[in-house]
Amino acid sequence: MQSEIILKMEGIDKSFPGVRALHNVDFTLRKGEIHALMGENGAGKSTLIKILTGVYQKDAGQIFIEGRPVYFKSPQEAQNMGIGTVFQEIALCPNLTVAENIFIGRGRDNFIKWKQMNAKAAEMLNSLGIPASPTQELASCSIAVQQMIAIARAVDMDCKILILDEPTSSLDEDEVQKLFALMRQLKARGVGIIFITHFIDEVYAISDRITVLRNGELIGEYHTSALPQIELISKMMGKALSDVSAIKKHELPKSDDSVPVFEARALSSAAGVRPFNFKIQKGEVNGFAGLLGSGRSESVRAIFAADKVTGGEVKINGRRVKIKTPLQAMKQGIGYLPEDRKGDGIIDELSVRDNLILALQVMKGFFRPLSRKQAEEFTDQFIQKLDIKTPSPNTPIKSLSGGNQQKVILARWLLTQPMYLILDEPTRGIDVGTKVEIQKLVLKLAADGMSITFISSEIDEMLRVCARLIVMKDREIVGELSGMNLTEQDVMHMIAQGGK
Amino acid sequence: MPRLKTRLNNLSHLFLPLSVLVILIIINLIKGADYFRITMVNGAFYGNIPNILFGASELVILSIGMTLVTAASRGQDISIGESGAISSAIFVQYVLNAGEVTLWTILVGFLISCVAGLVIGAFNGTLVSFFNVQPMVATLILFLGGRSIAFIIDGKVSPILANEISNRIGTVIPGVPIQTPIILTVVFIAVVAVVLKTTNLRLYVEAVGINPSAARLNGINPKKIIFLTFLLMGVCSAVAGFIAVNKAGRHDSVNLLKFIMMDAILAVALGGNSLAGGKFSITGSIIGAYTIEMLNRTLLRLEVNPEAIKAFKAVFIIVLMVVASPVVRIFFKKVLDKARTIVARYSVRQTGGINKGAVSITDTTGKKGE
Repeated sequence: MQSEIILKMEGIDKSFPGVRALHNVDFTLRKGEIHALMGENGAGKSTLIKILTGVYQKDAGQIFIEGRPVYFKSPQEAQNMGIGTVFQEIALCPNLTVAENIFIGRGRDNFIKWKQMNAKAAEMLNSLGIPASPTQELASCSIAVQQMIAIARAVDMDCKILILDEPTSSLDEDEVQKLFALMRQLKARGVGIIFITHFIDEVYAISDRITVLRNGELIGEYHTSALPQIELISKMMGKALSDVSAIKKHELPKSDDSVPVFEARALSSAAGVRPFNFKIQKGEVNGFAGLLGSGRSESVRAIFAADKVTGGEVKINGRRVKIKTPLQAMKQGIGYLPEDRKGDGIIDELSVRDNLILALQVMKGFFRPLSRKQAEEFTDQFIQKLDIKTPSPNTPIKSLSGGNQQKVILARWLLTQPMYLILDEPTRGIDVGTKVEIQKLVLKLAADGMSITFISSEIDEMLRVCARLIVMKDREIVGELSGMNLTEQDVMHMIAQGGK
Repeated sequence: MPRLKTRLNNLSHLFLPLSVLVILIIINLIKGADYFRITMVNGAFYGNIPNILFGASELVILSIGMTLVTAASRGQDISIGESGAISSAIFVQYVLNAGEVTLWTILVGFLISCVAGLVIGAFNGTLVSFFNVQPMVATLILFLGGRSIAFIIDGKVSPILANEISNRIGTVIPGVPIQTPIILTVVFIAVVAVVLKTTNLRLYVEAVGINPSAARLNGINPKKIIFLTFLLMGVCSAVAGFIAVNKAGRHDSVNLLKFIMMDAILAVALGGNSLAGGKFSITGSIIGAYTIEMLNRTLLRLEVNPEAIKAFKAVFIIVLMVVASPVVRIFFKKVLDKARTIVARYSVRQTGGINKGAVSITDTTGKKGE
């Protein structure tokens, strides 16, 4: 039963103008298997998935489902063949009920039989163990439950193959476990699941097999149990792992009583973070730790005046200053890389160059545009320095991969030569290689004297980079941890004990 | 060479308006080969082309302002004709009450009307940027009330602007072979070009139009930028009103620049600009404006019944918008790609790899075979 192959992709080729996205890639999925598709950004994972779901047409190769060759011209055809897909962003209607969301667009009749639909939905939710009622409005469910409902929707109508594209990136630990339970249940029913994620721990927690892609080529298919993590990472990156483990954070500067670069007292913002005190020394890397929604992002947004500042006072190098707008913060030498890269970071249609010079340009002022030559020089300089992979500086930033977009935003702030740089989730949703590059860069910048606040939902990443952690819970600071021997347990204890 | 290629790529959005322009010229040439003939009357050039340049003056200026408003606010200003009528009414009143009309009077009158334009722009801009009213709804107010205000300023039906200088501004200056509105339009375009060159207007407006939230976190105040584009729109309206009233020689508050916002919006769209804001091309809008004027005059020249012109124009626009839609564009791109690969394969077989381009193709296909 276990070895029964439901999907076989052979020799898949796909080129886009100027790029070869996939070359001779094979992929095999068996019945009742959870198969992780791994690779860095730009490895070809999403292209492969888009070919499988009929979004793109392959240039060469063949796809077999249960041994029969298939050819999809549209996503609808793929769906009809029993391929269900759930993407990272939930594509449901929040204002409709759970049952409506499961069955919308699925009915063969022109009229909806409400009772029947709700009964069927209830049965389905029950059998999958999803804690939601059919008549509940979707918006009132948690993100995790919404994600599960999206899966339920995809699973409806004899789904044989389920594709989960980064389903966990907006879920917390507990929610991930619930999702995994659901995945195991589907697996037991014989559904083949293709699982894409950036979180390596999750791959080991749930997958049976791993297929690794790199630069559009197949690296290999492995049994998860037979492939150590470190080897997986090196296969994804295509290099030995010595540089990954070489990262080492700096000691906290001894001169702790010197004048801090930035200091806030009783700072609060309209986003609802409780008044907090905060300071950072020259060359220090610190971070806000806490669960999702603990107020990490809100705190740094308050520092940069990204949300309306409602109270408190701020000192830069011991001097009291007024920071009420992002521009004032920028002029005081603060840079801020926002958590939501797509919504708050990139200006997607503008070129890499325009995106890169934006902050510096705004600081210079409306009537003092950089000359074309200067802008080109700056751009070339940072494309080289941060190894940004872009066809040209004129390319719209939206056509770059996530990691490279993030590097452009990072370059945007480095160009302003800030003395204090805030990085909110700089490594979210980007590949392992770029993650390591960014972590190294942060430590190098700090060694050169820049103060940096580094926030990440991956606690081990913060432990690796930050010399001091400010622990938050329920929009309040509950404590501070520092020293070389910080561990995950310390942080968790503090979160568990902190607060009232 | 790659430089040239990127330059050409940057011009790809002008493909649509330029091709429409060419089609219109061909139609006109078929109708009569003397289309481009220019005659000298009293020392000035006349003919089909000068007439188009003359007739489109106001539209060109307004479509520049409309481009900026669209790009930043993701909406359109539909009160531009009315604000032009109000500001030109103020200009006319100033000139009529000034006694002797000198160049100085006209200049002061013009500047006052520009201030009026700024005030109107500030009104619309405040509603849109600070009160978050939809641009079309906000400007609907003046669209409905503007002509009454202009009439109240006039005080009577159609005051006449009978002075020599106005006449010259509206037609020709003796000794200058090009009609004055054409010159004024060129000067205006040049000023806009200088502004775009010496300020960050483009970067700010595009950033705000594409992603206001990211723009804000980079120190740009989106509200201020949207407000600014409405101020600029107000100035454009005042200049267009000034030209229109001098052309007409009287201030007809009912018909002056009537329904011109439709053509201005169309010019923006025709120029390859998204009406949902973001990146913009003023060159595109200018070509679009001239194209619309040419279309109007072509229909007249083809002796289409003046009553039926609007219907013809509508049909033309429908065809144009369908042709320019992404759906059709993607389809043609696919066809083109297919044709290219077929031609490439064919040339490989024929030349056996003499051609440089063909060599690289054989290389990759060779690898595939391995």
